Amino acid sequence: MLLAVHYAQPPEWRWYILAYFLLAGLAGGSYALGTMLRLWGRPSDEQAARLCFLMALPLTILCPLLLTVDLGHPLRFWHMLIDTGIAGPALNFKYWSPMSLGAWGLLVFGVFAALTFLEVVALDRRYPYPLSGFVARVLGGRAGRVVNVIGTVFALFVAGYTGVLLSVSNQPVWSDSYALGGLFLASGLSGAAALVTLCGRWRLGAEASDDVLHDADSYFAVLEVAFLVALFVTLAFAGQLARALMPPWVVLWAFAVLSLVPPLAGRLGGGLVVGSGGTAAIQRVRVSGTAVAVFVLVGVVALRAAVLWSSQG
Amino acid sequence: MAQAKGFFTDTSVCIGCKACEVACKEWNQLTGNPPAFLADSFDNTGRLDAENWRHVKFIENDAHLTAATTAGDGQAWLMMSDVCKHCQQASCAEVCPTNAIIRTEFDTVFIQQDTCNGCRNCIAACPYGVIGFSEKTGTARKCTLCYDRLQNDMTPACAKACPTQSIQFGDLSDLQTAADKRLAQLRQAGFTNAQLYGRDPDQVYGGLNSFFLLMDRPEVYGLPTGESARLPSRNNVGGYLGVAIAGALALIGAMLAFRRRRERPAGDPEPEPEPVRTPAGGGGES
Repeated sequence: MLLAVHYAQPPEWRWYILAYFLLAGLAGGSYALGTMLRLWGRPSDEQAARLCFLMALPLTILCPLLLTVDLGHPLRFWHMLIDTGIAGPALNFKYWSPMSLGAWGLLVFGVFAALTFLEVVALDRRYPYPLSGFVARVLGGRAGRVVNVIGTVFALFVAGYTGVLLSVSNQPVWSDSYALGGLFLASGLSGAAALVTLCGRWRLGAEASDDVLHDADSYFAVLEVAFLVALFVTLAFAGQLARALMPPWVVLWAFAVLSLVPPLAGRLGGGLVVGSGGTAAIQRVRVSGTAVAVFVLVGVVALRAAVLWSSQG
Repeated sequence: MAQAKGFFTDTSVCIGCKACEVACKEWNQLTGNPPAFLADSFDNTGRLDAENWRHVKFIENDAHLTAATTAGDGQAWLMMSDVCKHCQQASCAEVCPTNAIIRTEFDTVFIQQDTCNGCRNCIAACPYGVIGFSEKTGTARKCTLCYDRLQNDMTPACAKACPTQSIQFGDLSDLQTAADKRLAQLRQAGFTNAQLYGRDPDQVYGGLNSFFLLMDRPEVYGLPTGESARLPSRNNVGGYLGVAIAGALALIGAMLAFRRRRERPAGDPEPEPEPVRTPAGGGGES
Protein backbone atom coordinates (compact mmCIF):
# COMPACT_ATOMS: atom_id res chain seq x y z
CA MET A 1 0.00 0.00 0.00
CA LEU A 2 1.35 3.38 -0.99
CA LEU A 3 1.57 5.76 1.95
CA ALA A 4 0.72 9.32 1.06
CA VAL A 5 3.54 11.85 1.15
CA HIS A 6 2.69 15.53 1.39
CA TYR A 7 4.81 18.64 1.11
CA ALA A 8 1.98 21.10 0.40
CA GLN A 9 1.53 24.24 2.48
CA PRO A 10 -1.81 24.82 4.24
CA PRO A 11 -4.12 27.30 2.49
CA GLU A 12 -5.13 28.81 5.84
CA TRP A 13 -8.83 28.22 5.32
CA ARG A 14 -10.12 28.93 8.81
CA TRP A 15 -13.21 30.48 10.43
CA TYR A 16 -14.97 31.99 7.42
CA ILE A 17 -14.58 28.74 5.51
CA LEU A 18 -15.73 26.73 8.51
CA ALA A 19 -18.84 28.92 8.71
CA TYR A 20 -19.34 28.56 4.97
CA PHE A 21 -19.07 24.79 5.08
CA LEU A 22 -21.62 24.73 7.90
CA LEU A 23 -24.10 27.05 6.20
CA ALA A 24 -23.73 25.36 2.81
CA GLY A 25 -24.58 22.04 4.43
CA LEU A 26 -27.55 23.49 6.31
CA ALA A 27 -28.86 25.47 3.32
CA GLY A 28 -28.66 22.54 0.93
CA GLY A 29 -29.97 20.15 3.56
CA SER A 30 -32.91 22.42 4.45
CA TYR A 31 -33.98 22.76 0.85
CA ALA A 32 -33.73 19.02 0.23
CA LEU A 33 -35.74 18.29 3.38
CA GLY A 34 -38.38 20.81 2.35
CA THR A 35 -38.80 19.06 -0.96
CA MET A 36 -39.04 15.65 0.72
CA LEU A 37 -41.68 16.92 3.12
CA ARG A 38 -43.69 18.32 0.24
CA LEU A 39 -43.40 15.35 -2.07
CA TRP A 40 -43.67 12.48 0.36
CA GLY A 41 -45.31 14.02 3.41
CA ARG A 42 -48.84 14.70 4.51
CA PRO A 43 -50.66 18.00 4.01
CA SER A 44 -49.76 18.77 7.63
CA ASP A 45 -46.06 18.65 6.67
CA GLU A 46 -46.47 21.72 4.49
CA GLN A 47 -45.71 24.08 7.38
CA ALA A 48 -42.37 22.37 8.10
CA ALA A 49 -41.62 22.29 4.38
CA ARG A 50 -42.23 26.03 4.15
CA LEU A 51 -39.98 26.56 7.15
CA CYS A 52 -37.23 24.63 5.35
CA PHE A 53 -37.55 26.79 2.27
CA LEU A 54 -37.72 29.99 4.32
CA MET A 55 -34.44 29.04 6.00
CA ALA A 56 -32.68 27.86 2.84
CA LEU A 57 -32.51 31.24 1.10
CA PRO A 58 -31.01 33.36 3.93
CA LEU A 59 -28.51 30.61 4.64
CA THR A 60 -27.62 30.47 0.95
CA ILE A 61 -27.17 34.25 0.76
CA LEU A 62 -24.71 34.13 3.65
CA CYS A 63 -22.56 31.54 1.84
CA PRO A 64 -21.07 33.74 -0.91
CA LEU A 65 -20.72 36.58 1.59
CA LEU A 66 -18.50 34.42 3.79
CA LEU A 67 -16.51 33.21 0.80
CA THR A 68 -16.03 36.77 -0.42
CA VAL A 69 -14.85 38.05 2.94
CA ASP A 70 -12.30 35.22 3.04
CA LEU A 71 -10.75 36.25 -0.27
CA GLY A 72 -7.52 38.21 -0.33
CA HIS A 73 -9.20 40.54 -2.82
CA PRO A 74 -12.91 40.49 -1.93
CA LEU A 75 -13.84 42.92 -4.70
CA ARG A 76 -12.61 40.38 -7.23
CA PHE A 77 -15.16 37.76 -6.16
CA TRP A 78 -16.71 37.92 -9.62
CA HIS A 79 -13.51 36.55 -11.15
CA MET A 80 -14.86 33.17 -10.01
CA LEU A 81 -17.52 33.45 -12.69
CA ILE A 82 -16.05 35.74 -15.33
CA ASP A 83 -12.71 35.12 -16.98
CA THR A 84 -10.85 38.43 -17.23
CA GLY A 85 -7.95 36.95 -19.22
CA ILE A 86 -6.24 38.37 -22.27
CA ALA A 87 -8.73 36.69 -24.60
CA GLY A 88 -11.37 39.06 -23.28
CA PRO A 89 -14.23 38.59 -20.86
CA ALA A 90 -15.83 35.16 -20.96
CA LEU A 91 -17.64 32.87 -18.59
CA ASN A 92 -15.27 31.05 -16.28
CA PHE A 93 -16.35 27.45 -15.91
CA LYS A 94 -13.84 24.73 -15.04
CA TYR A 95 -15.78 21.57 -14.30
CA TRP A 96 -12.61 19.87 -13.08
CA SER A 97 -12.08 22.53 -10.39
CA PRO A 98 -14.58 22.04 -7.53
CA MET A 99 -14.17 25.67 -6.49
CA SER A 100 -15.23 26.84 -9.96
CA LEU A 101 -18.04 24.30 -10.11
CA GLY A 102 -19.09 25.24 -6.58
CA ALA A 103 -19.30 28.95 -7.42
CA TRP A 104 -21.70 28.16 -10.25
CA GLY A 105 -23.55 25.58 -8.18
CA LEU A 106 -24.09 28.11 -5.42
CA LEU A 107 -25.36 30.67 -7.90
CA VAL A 108 -27.81 28.29 -9.57
CA PHE A 109 -28.98 26.88 -6.25
CA GLY A 110 -29.49 30.45 -5.04
CA VAL A 111 -31.90 31.04 -7.93
CA PHE A 112 -33.96 27.96 -7.03
CA ALA A 113 -33.87 28.81 -3.34
CA ALA A 114 -35.05 32.35 -4.16
CA LEU A 115 -37.90 31.14 -6.38
CA THR A 116 -39.17 28.76 -3.71
CA PHE A 117 -38.71 31.40 -1.02
CA LEU A 118 -40.88 33.83 -3.03
CA GLU A 119 -43.47 31.08 -3.49
CA VAL A 120 -43.59 30.32 0.21
CA VAL A 121 -43.88 33.99 1.14
CA ALA A 122 -46.79 34.19 -1.25
CA LEU A 123 -48.42 31.08 0.22
CA ASP A 124 -48.05 32.67 3.63
CA ARG A 125 -49.84 35.73 2.20
CA ARG A 126 -47.07 38.08 3.18
CA TYR A 127 -47.27 40.21 0.02
CA PRO A 128 -49.79 43.02 -0.33
CA TYR A 129 -53.09 41.95 -1.88
CA PRO A 130 -53.42 40.71 -4.66
CA LEU A 131 -49.74 40.00 -5.20
CA SER A 132 -49.66 36.92 -2.97
CA GLY A 133 -52.28 35.11 -5.00
CA PHE A 134 -50.55 36.01 -8.26
CA VAL A 135 -47.08 34.88 -7.13
CA ALA A 136 -48.50 31.71 -5.59
CA ARG A 137 -50.24 30.90 -8.88
CA VAL A 138 -47.10 31.52 -10.95
CA LEU A 139 -44.52 29.87 -8.69
CA GLY A 140 -46.69 27.36 -6.83
CA GLY A 141 -48.50 24.20 -7.82
CA ARG A 142 -46.91 21.94 -10.40
CA ALA A 143 -44.28 24.53 -11.42
CA GLY A 144 -43.30 24.88 -7.78
CA ARG A 145 -42.81 21.13 -7.47
CA VAL A 146 -40.62 21.07 -10.57
CA VAL A 147 -38.56 23.92 -9.10
CA ASN A 148 -38.31 21.94 -5.84
CA VAL A 149 -37.09 18.78 -7.53
CA ILE A 150 -34.48 20.47 -9.74
CA GLY A 151 -33.46 22.75 -6.88
CA THR A 152 -32.92 19.70 -4.68
CA VAL A 153 -30.31 18.34 -7.09
CA PHE A 154 -28.34 21.57 -6.68
CA ALA A 155 -29.08 21.64 -2.95
CA LEU A 156 -27.50 18.22 -2.49
CA PHE A 157 -24.56 19.34 -4.59
CA VAL A 158 -24.02 22.48 -2.50
CA ALA A 159 -24.24 20.49 0.72
CA GLY A 160 -21.71 17.91 -0.44
CA TYR A 161 -19.28 19.46 -2.91
CA THR A 162 -17.36 21.25 -0.15
CA GLY A 163 -15.92 17.89 0.86
CA VAL A 164 -14.85 17.24 -2.73
CA LEU A 165 -13.28 20.69 -2.82
CA LEU A 166 -11.03 19.66 0.04
CA SER A 167 -10.25 16.28 -1.51
CA VAL A 168 -9.22 17.81 -4.82
CA SER A 169 -5.97 19.16 -3.44
CA ASN A 170 -2.63 17.81 -2.29
CA GLN A 171 -3.25 18.45 1.39
CA PRO A 172 -2.73 15.70 3.97
CA VAL A 173 -5.96 14.10 5.23
CA TRP A 174 -8.16 15.95 2.71
CA SER A 175 -6.66 14.44 -0.42
CA ASP A 176 -6.25 10.99 1.10
CA SER A 177 -9.92 10.03 1.03
CA TYR A 178 -12.94 10.12 -1.28
CA ALA A 179 -15.33 10.08 1.66
CA LEU A 180 -15.41 13.77 2.60
CA GLY A 181 -18.07 14.79 0.07
CA GLY A 182 -20.51 12.10 1.14
CA LEU A 183 -19.71 12.73 4.79
CA PHE A 184 -20.43 16.45 4.53
CA LEU A 185 -23.67 15.78 2.67
CA ALA A 186 -24.94 13.29 5.26
CA SER A 187 -23.90 15.64 8.06
CA GLY A 188 -25.52 18.64 6.33
CA LEU A 189 -28.83 16.79 6.03
CA SER A 190 -28.63 15.72 9.65
CA GLY A 191 -27.85 19.26 10.76
CA ALA A 192 -30.69 20.64 8.65
CA ALA A 193 -33.14 18.20 10.23
CA ALA A 194 -31.98 19.36 13.66
CA LEU A 195 -32.26 23.02 12.66
CA VAL A 196 -35.78 22.59 11.30
CA THR A 197 -36.80 20.83 14.50
CA LEU A 198 -35.26 23.65 16.49
CA CYS A 199 -36.86 26.46 14.50
CA GLY A 200 -40.15 24.61 14.24
CA ARG A 201 -40.95 25.95 17.70
CA TRP A 202 -41.49 29.35 16.14
CA ARG A 203 -43.76 28.32 13.28
CA LEU A 204 -47.24 27.11 13.97
CA GLY A 205 -47.87 23.63 12.69
CA ALA A 206 -44.25 22.80 11.93
CA GLU A 207 -44.03 20.51 14.96
CA ALA A 208 -46.35 18.12 13.16
CA SER A 209 -43.34 16.93 11.17
CA ASP A 210 -40.98 16.45 14.10
CA ASP A 211 -41.54 12.71 14.21
CA VAL A 212 -40.69 12.07 10.57
CA LEU A 213 -37.76 14.49 10.71
CA HIS A 214 -36.34 12.64 13.69
CA ASP A 215 -36.79 9.36 11.90
CA ALA A 216 -35.16 10.67 8.72
CA ASP A 217 -32.34 12.12 10.80
CA SER A 218 -31.64 8.70 12.23
CA TYR A 219 -31.09 7.39 8.70
CA PHE A 220 -28.82 10.36 7.93
CA ALA A 221 -26.85 9.56 11.09
CA VAL A 222 -26.39 5.94 9.99
CA LEU A 223 -25.15 7.24 6.64
CA GLU A 224 -22.80 9.64 8.40
CA VAL A 225 -21.37 6.81 10.50
CA ALA A 226 -20.77 4.77 7.35
CA PHE A 227 -18.89 7.64 5.70
CA LEU A 228 -16.94 8.35 8.89
CA VAL A 229 -15.80 4.73 8.95
CA ALA A 230 -14.89 4.98 5.25
CA LEU A 231 -12.92 8.15 5.98
CA PHE A 232 -10.99 6.63 8.86
CA VAL A 233 -10.23 3.44 6.95
CA THR A 234 -8.94 5.32 3.89
CA LEU A 235 -6.87 7.62 6.10
CA ALA A 236 -5.41 4.60 7.87
CA PHE A 237 -4.40 3.07 4.54
CA ALA A 238 -2.78 6.36 3.53
CA GLY A 239 -0.93 6.54 6.85
CA GLN A 240 -2.68 9.79 7.78
CA LEU A 241 -5.07 8.61 10.51
CA ALA A 242 -2.70 9.52 13.32
CA ARG A 243 -2.36 13.01 11.93
CA ALA A 244 -6.13 13.41 11.64
CA LEU A 245 -6.72 12.23 15.21
CA MET A 246 -3.84 14.15 16.74
CA PRO A 247 -4.66 16.18 19.88
CA PRO A 248 -6.42 18.56 20.15
CA TRP A 249 -8.38 17.68 16.99
CA VAL A 250 -9.36 14.34 18.48
CA VAL A 251 -11.68 16.28 20.79
CA LEU A 252 -13.49 17.71 17.77
CA TRP A 253 -13.80 14.25 16.23
CA ALA A 254 -15.14 12.95 19.54
CA PHE A 255 -17.80 15.70 19.58
CA ALA A 256 -18.74 14.88 16.02
CA VAL A 257 -19.13 11.19 16.83
CA LEU A 258 -20.99 11.80 20.11
CA SER A 259 -23.48 14.08 18.38
CA LEU A 260 -24.59 11.09 16.33
CA VAL A 261 -25.68 9.18 19.43
CA PRO A 262 -29.11 10.83 19.93
CA PRO A 263 -30.29 10.29 16.34
CA LEU A 264 -28.84 6.78 16.34
CA ALA A 265 -30.50 6.05 19.69
CA GLY A 266 -33.76 7.03 18.03
CA ARG A 267 -33.02 4.56 15.24
CA LEU A 268 -32.35 1.82 17.81
CA GLY A 269 -35.55 2.31 19.77
CA GLY A 270 -36.29 5.82 20.90
CA GLY A 271 -35.10 8.27 23.53
CA LEU A 272 -32.03 8.12 25.70
CA VAL A 273 -32.11 6.10 28.90
CA VAL A 274 -31.65 8.13 32.03
CA GLY A 275 -31.54 6.72 35.56
CA SER A 276 -34.31 7.86 37.88
CA GLY A 277 -34.04 8.37 41.62
CA GLY A 278 -37.31 6.66 42.47
CA THR A 279 -38.25 3.09 43.15
CA ALA A 280 -38.34 2.21 39.46
CA ALA A 281 -34.94 1.07 38.32
CA ILE A 282 -34.81 2.94 35.10
CA GLN A 283 -37.21 5.31 33.52
CA ARG A 284 -37.16 6.01 29.85
CA VAL A 285 -37.42 9.70 29.13
CA ARG A 286 -37.20 11.76 26.03
CA VAL A 287 -34.35 14.17 26.15
CA SER A 288 -35.48 17.66 25.28
CA GLY A 289 -35.79 18.00 21.50
CA THR A 290 -34.18 21.41 21.67
CA ALA A 291 -31.14 20.13 23.52
CA VAL A 292 -30.74 17.24 21.10
CA ALA A 293 -31.02 19.56 18.10
CA VAL A 294 -28.39 21.90 19.51
CA PHE A 295 -26.15 18.93 20.30
CA VAL A 296 -26.45 17.63 16.75
CA LEU A 297 -25.67 21.08 15.32
CA VAL A 298 -22.58 21.39 17.51
CA GLY A 299 -21.51 18.02 16.14
CA VAL A 300 -21.97 19.26 12.57
CA VAL A 301 -19.67 22.21 13.32
CA ALA A 302 -17.17 19.99 15.13
CA LEU A 303 -16.95 17.58 12.21
CA ARG A 304 -16.08 20.35 9.74
CA ALA A 305 -13.66 21.97 12.17
CA ALA A 306 -11.94 18.60 12.75
CA VAL A 307 -11.52 18.07 9.01
CA LEU A 308 -10.32 21.64 8.35
CA TRP A 309 -7.93 21.96 11.29
CA SER A 310 -6.45 18.48 11.41
CA SER A 311 -5.00 18.95 7.96
CA GLN A 312 -3.79 22.51 8.39
CA GLY A 313 -2.53 22.23 11.92
CA MET B 1 5.23 30.54 -28.68
CA ALA B 2 8.84 31.32 -27.89
CA GLN B 3 11.25 28.52 -27.11
CA ALA B 4 10.40 26.87 -23.77
CA LYS B 5 12.63 28.27 -21.03
CA GLY B 6 13.55 26.81 -17.68
CA PHE B 7 16.03 26.28 -14.90
CA PHE B 8 18.42 23.39 -14.42
CA THR B 9 19.54 23.42 -10.79
CA ASP B 10 22.62 21.30 -10.25
CA THR B 11 22.62 20.70 -6.49
CA SER B 12 26.05 19.04 -6.63
CA VAL B 13 27.74 22.42 -6.96
CA CYS B 14 25.46 24.47 -4.70
CA ILE B 15 27.50 25.98 -1.86
CA GLY B 16 24.60 27.48 0.07
CA CYS B 17 25.69 31.09 -0.41
CA LYS B 18 22.08 32.28 -0.88
CA ALA B 19 23.07 34.78 -3.56
CA CYS B 20 20.06 33.49 -5.52
CA GLU B 21 17.73 34.35 -2.65
CA VAL B 22 19.13 37.85 -2.38
CA ALA B 23 19.09 38.50 -6.11
CA CYS B 24 15.51 37.26 -6.36
CA LYS B 25 14.38 39.54 -3.57
CA GLU B 26 16.25 42.51 -5.02
CA TRP B 27 14.81 42.17 -8.49
CA ASN B 28 11.28 41.24 -7.49
CA GLN B 29 11.15 43.78 -4.64
CA LEU B 30 10.41 41.16 -2.02
CA THR B 31 11.12 42.35 1.49
CA GLY B 32 11.27 38.86 2.97
CA ASN B 33 9.85 37.76 6.27
CA PRO B 34 11.05 39.16 9.61
CA PRO B 35 14.24 37.36 10.65
CA ALA B 36 13.73 34.38 12.90
CA PHE B 37 15.98 31.77 14.45
CA LEU B 38 14.78 28.50 13.01
CA ALA B 39 17.41 26.27 14.61
CA ASP B 40 17.69 24.57 11.27
CA SER B 41 21.32 24.48 10.22
CA PHE B 42 22.25 27.70 8.43
CA ASP B 43 18.75 28.07 7.07
CA ASN B 44 16.90 31.14 8.29
CA THR B 45 14.55 31.38 5.32
CA GLY B 46 12.52 28.34 6.25
CA ARG B 47 10.45 27.70 3.19
CA LEU B 48 9.23 29.02 -0.09
CA ASP B 49 6.34 31.44 0.27
CA ALA B 50 5.00 34.77 -0.95
CA GLU B 51 8.19 36.56 0.15
CA ASN B 52 10.71 33.83 -0.67
CA TRP B 53 10.67 32.66 -4.26
CA ARG B 54 14.07 30.98 -3.94
CA HIS B 55 15.02 29.00 -0.85
CA VAL B 56 18.37 27.34 -0.28
CA LYS B 57 17.71 24.17 1.64
CA PHE B 58 20.39 22.92 4.05
CA ILE B 59 19.75 19.23 4.46
CA GLU B 60 21.81 17.64 7.21
CA ASN B 61 22.44 14.14 6.05
CA ASP B 62 24.52 11.72 8.09
CA ALA B 63 24.54 9.27 5.22
CA HIS B 64 26.89 11.63 3.45
CA LEU B 65 29.41 11.89 6.28
CA THR B 66 32.85 10.84 5.15
CA ALA B 67 36.20 10.49 6.88
CA ALA B 68 37.00 14.00 5.72
CA THR B 69 33.99 15.55 7.43
CA THR B 70 34.00 13.49 10.61
CA ALA B 71 37.68 14.15 11.19
CA GLY B 72 36.87 17.80 11.73
CA ASP B 73 33.72 16.98 13.67
CA GLY B 74 31.88 18.49 10.76
CA GLN B 75 28.52 18.08 9.19
CA ALA B 76 27.60 16.93 5.74
CA TRP B 77 24.93 18.86 3.93
CA LEU B 78 22.96 18.42 0.83
CA MET B 79 22.25 21.90 -0.49
CA MET B 80 19.56 22.75 -2.93
CA SER B 81 18.27 26.05 -4.20
CA ASP B 82 14.56 25.32 -4.33
CA VAL B 83 12.13 27.20 -6.56
CA CYS B 84 8.82 26.82 -8.38
CA LYS B 85 9.07 23.79 -10.65
CA HIS B 86 6.96 25.30 -13.46
CA CYS B 87 5.34 21.88 -13.92
CA GLN B 88 4.06 20.89 -17.34
CA GLN B 89 0.95 19.55 -15.59
CA ALA B 90 0.62 22.20 -12.91
CA SER B 91 -1.62 21.34 -9.96
CA CYS B 92 -2.02 25.04 -9.12
CA ALA B 93 -3.28 25.95 -12.58
CA GLU B 94 -5.56 22.94 -12.60
CA VAL B 95 -7.57 24.03 -9.56
CA CYS B 96 -7.37 27.84 -10.00
CA PRO B 97 -11.01 28.93 -10.32
CA THR B 98 -10.27 32.34 -11.85
CA ASN B 99 -7.79 31.24 -14.52
CA ALA B 100 -5.30 33.60 -12.95
CA ILE B 101 -2.60 30.95 -13.33
CA ILE B 102 -1.50 30.64 -16.94
CA ARG B 103 1.35 29.32 -19.05
CA THR B 104 3.33 32.12 -20.62
CA GLU B 105 4.82 32.26 -24.09
CA PHE B 106 8.00 30.89 -22.45
CA ASP B 107 6.05 27.82 -21.26
CA THR B 108 6.41 28.90 -17.63
CA VAL B 109 3.68 29.00 -14.97
CA PHE B 110 2.66 32.54 -14.04
CA ILE B 111 0.11 33.95 -11.57
CA GLN B 112 -1.56 37.02 -13.04
CA GLN B 113 -1.67 39.40 -10.11
CA ASP B 114 -4.54 41.47 -11.53
CA THR B 115 -6.74 38.40 -11.88
CA CYS B 116 -5.94 36.42 -8.72
CA ASN B 117 -8.53 37.05 -6.02
CA GLY B 118 -6.66 35.35 -3.20
CA CYS B 119 -8.82 32.23 -2.78
CA ARG B 120 -5.68 30.21 -1.93
CA ASN B 121 -6.89 27.06 -3.72
CA CYS B 122 -3.54 26.89 -5.54
CA ILE B 123 -1.71 26.79 -2.21
CA ALA B 124 -3.73 23.73 -1.18
CA ALA B 125 -2.93 22.10 -4.51
CA CYS B 126 0.78 22.80 -5.04
CA PRO B 127 2.55 19.53 -4.11
CA TYR B 128 5.86 21.34 -3.64
CA GLY B 129 4.62 23.96 -1.15
CA VAL B 130 5.86 26.71 -3.46
CA ILE B 131 3.02 29.22 -3.47
CA GLY B 132 2.36 31.60 -0.60
CA PHE B 133 -0.38 34.08 0.18
CA SER B 134 0.76 37.68 0.43
CA GLU B 135 -1.04 39.78 3.02
CA LYS B 136 0.37 42.86 1.28
CA THR B 137 -1.10 42.19 -2.14
CA GLY B 138 -3.98 39.90 -1.13
CA THR B 139 -2.91 37.45 -3.81
CA ALA B 140 -1.04 34.18 -4.24
CA ARG B 141 2.58 34.71 -5.23
CA LYS B 142 5.52 32.63 -6.39
CA CYS B 143 8.50 32.62 -8.74
CA THR B 144 7.63 34.07 -12.14
CA LEU B 145 10.89 32.80 -13.64
CA CYS B 146 11.53 36.55 -13.93
CA TYR B 147 8.88 36.93 -16.62
CA ASP B 148 9.65 40.62 -16.99
CA ARG B 149 13.33 39.88 -17.55
CA LEU B 150 12.52 37.12 -20.06
CA GLN B 151 10.40 39.55 -22.03
CA ASN B 152 13.50 41.74 -22.31
CA ASP B 153 15.80 38.86 -23.24
CA MET B 154 17.51 38.87 -19.86
CA THR B 155 18.55 36.01 -17.60
CA PRO B 156 16.50 35.53 -14.40
CA ALA B 157 18.09 37.25 -11.42
CA CYS B 158 18.88 34.07 -9.46
CA ALA B 159 20.68 32.38 -12.34
CA LYS B 160 22.58 35.58 -13.08
CA ALA B 161 23.77 35.82 -9.46
CA CYS B 162 24.66 32.17 -8.87
CA PRO B 163 28.46 32.07 -8.50
CA THR B 164 28.85 28.32 -9.08
CA GLN B 165 26.44 27.91 -11.98
CA SER B 166 24.35 25.63 -9.82
CA ILE B 167 21.38 27.49 -11.29
CA GLN B 168 21.47 27.39 -15.05
CA PHE B 169 18.92 29.12 -17.24
CA GLY B 170 18.18 28.65 -20.90
CA ASP B 171 16.18 26.84 -23.52
CA LEU B 172 14.72 23.71 -21.98
CA SER B 173 16.19 21.37 -24.60
CA ASP B 174 19.68 22.81 -24.09
CA LEU B 175 19.34 22.47 -20.32
CA GLN B 176 18.27 18.85 -20.66
CA THR B 177 21.32 18.07 -22.77
CA ALA B 178 23.59 19.79 -20.25
CA ALA B 179 21.95 17.88 -17.40
CA ASP B 180 22.45 14.54 -19.13
CA LYS B 181 26.15 15.29 -19.58
CA ARG B 182 26.58 16.36 -15.97
CA LEU B 183 24.79 13.27 -14.68
CA ALA B 184 27.02 11.00 -16.75
CA GLN B 185 30.05 12.84 -15.40
CA LEU B 186 28.96 12.36 -11.78
CA ARG B 187 28.04 8.72 -12.27
CA GLN B 188 31.46 8.13 -13.78
CA ALA B 189 33.01 9.78 -10.73
CA GLY B 190 31.24 7.28 -8.50
CA PHE B 191 28.21 9.26 -7.34
CA THR B 192 25.77 6.46 -7.97
CA ASN B 193 22.89 8.14 -6.15
CA ALA B 194 23.00 11.16 -8.47
CA GLN B 195 19.80 11.48 -10.45
CA LEU B 196 17.78 13.97 -12.44
CA TYR B 197 14.45 15.04 -11.00
CA GLY B 198 11.74 16.28 -13.34
CA ARG B 199 13.82 16.11 -16.49
CA ASP B 200 11.60 13.54 -18.21
CA PRO B 201 7.89 13.99 -18.97
CA ASP B 202 6.95 10.61 -17.51
CA GLN B 203 8.64 11.21 -14.16
CA VAL B 204 6.64 13.87 -12.29
CA TYR B 205 3.85 16.17 -13.46
CA GLY B 206 4.61 15.77 -17.16
CA GLY B 207 8.14 17.03 -16.64
CA LEU B 208 9.35 20.17 -14.92
CA ASN B 209 10.60 23.31 -16.66
CA SER B 210 12.62 23.85 -13.52
CA PHE B 211 14.32 20.52 -12.97
CA PHE B 212 17.11 19.37 -10.67
CA LEU B 213 20.16 17.20 -10.42
CA LEU B 214 19.95 15.57 -6.98
CA MET B 215 22.66 13.75 -5.08
CA ASP B 216 20.20 11.51 -3.25
CA ARG B 217 16.62 10.30 -3.45
CA PRO B 218 13.95 12.99 -4.03
CA GLU B 219 12.29 12.42 -0.65
CA VAL B 220 15.55 13.36 1.10
CA TYR B 221 15.13 16.82 -0.47
CA GLY B 222 11.43 16.98 0.42
CA LEU B 223 10.28 16.29 -3.11
CA PRO B 224 7.46 13.89 -4.00
CA THR B 225 8.49 10.82 -5.92
CA GLY B 226 6.85 9.69 -9.12
CA GLU B 227 4.40 7.46 -7.21
CA SER B 228 3.23 10.16 -4.83
CA ALA B 229 3.30 13.08 -7.29
CA ARG B 230 -0.33 13.17 -8.34
CA LEU B 231 -2.67 15.86 -9.61
CA PRO B 232 -5.52 17.09 -7.39
CA SER B 233 -8.07 16.15 -10.06
CA ARG B 234 -7.40 12.47 -9.31
CA ASN B 235 -10.01 12.82 -6.55
CA ASN B 236 -12.76 14.39 -8.65
CA VAL B 237 -14.52 11.23 -9.76
CA GLY B 238 -14.24 9.44 -6.41
CA GLY B 239 -15.29 12.54 -4.48
CA TYR B 240 -18.39 13.26 -6.55
CA LEU B 241 -19.24 9.57 -6.60
CA GLY B 242 -19.24 9.69 -2.80
CA VAL B 243 -21.61 12.66 -2.88
CA ALA B 244 -23.89 10.90 -5.38
CA ILE B 245 -23.99 7.72 -3.29
CA ALA B 246 -24.64 9.68 -0.11
CA GLY B 247 -27.38 11.68 -1.84
CA ALA B 248 -29.09 8.57 -3.18
CA LEU B 249 -28.89 6.74 0.16
CA ALA B 250 -30.13 9.81 2.04
CA LEU B 251 -33.14 10.06 -0.25
CA ILE B 252 -33.85 6.35 0.22
CA GLY B 253 -33.49 6.76 3.99
CA ALA B 254 -35.86 9.72 4.06
CA MET B 255 -38.32 7.82 1.88
CA LEU B 256 -38.22 4.93 4.35
CA ALA B 257 -38.89 7.33 7.21
CA PHE B 258 -41.97 8.70 5.47
CA ARG B 259 -43.17 5.19 4.66
CA ARG B 260 -42.69 4.03 8.23
CA ARG B 261 -44.89 6.86 9.38
CA ARG B 262 -47.62 5.91 6.92
CA GLU B 263 -47.44 2.28 8.01
CA ARG B 264 -47.45 3.03 11.73
CA PRO B 265 -49.81 0.54 13.46
CA ALA B 266 -53.07 1.74 14.93
CA GLY B 267 -51.77 1.13 18.46
CA ASP B 268 -49.05 3.69 17.91
CA PRO B 269 -51.06 6.82 17.23
CA GLU B 270 -49.63 9.50 15.04
CA PRO B 271 -48.86 12.73 16.75
CA GLU B 272 -51.71 15.16 16.55
CA PRO B 273 -50.79 17.80 13.99
CA GLU B 274 -51.06 21.39 15.05
CA PRO B 275 -53.78 23.35 13.32
CA VAL B 276 -52.35 24.78 10.11
CA ARG B 277 -52.46 28.51 10.46
CA THR B 278 -50.45 31.35 9.08
CA PRO B 279 -50.07 34.71 10.73
CA ALA B 280 -52.23 36.35 8.06
CA GLY B 281 -54.83 33.66 8.25
CA GLY B 282 -53.99 32.17 4.85
CA GLY B 283 -52.13 29.03 3.97
CA GLY B 284 -52.87 25.59 2.79
CA GLU B 285 -52.70 26.65 -0.84
CA SER B 286 -50.13 24.12 -1.80
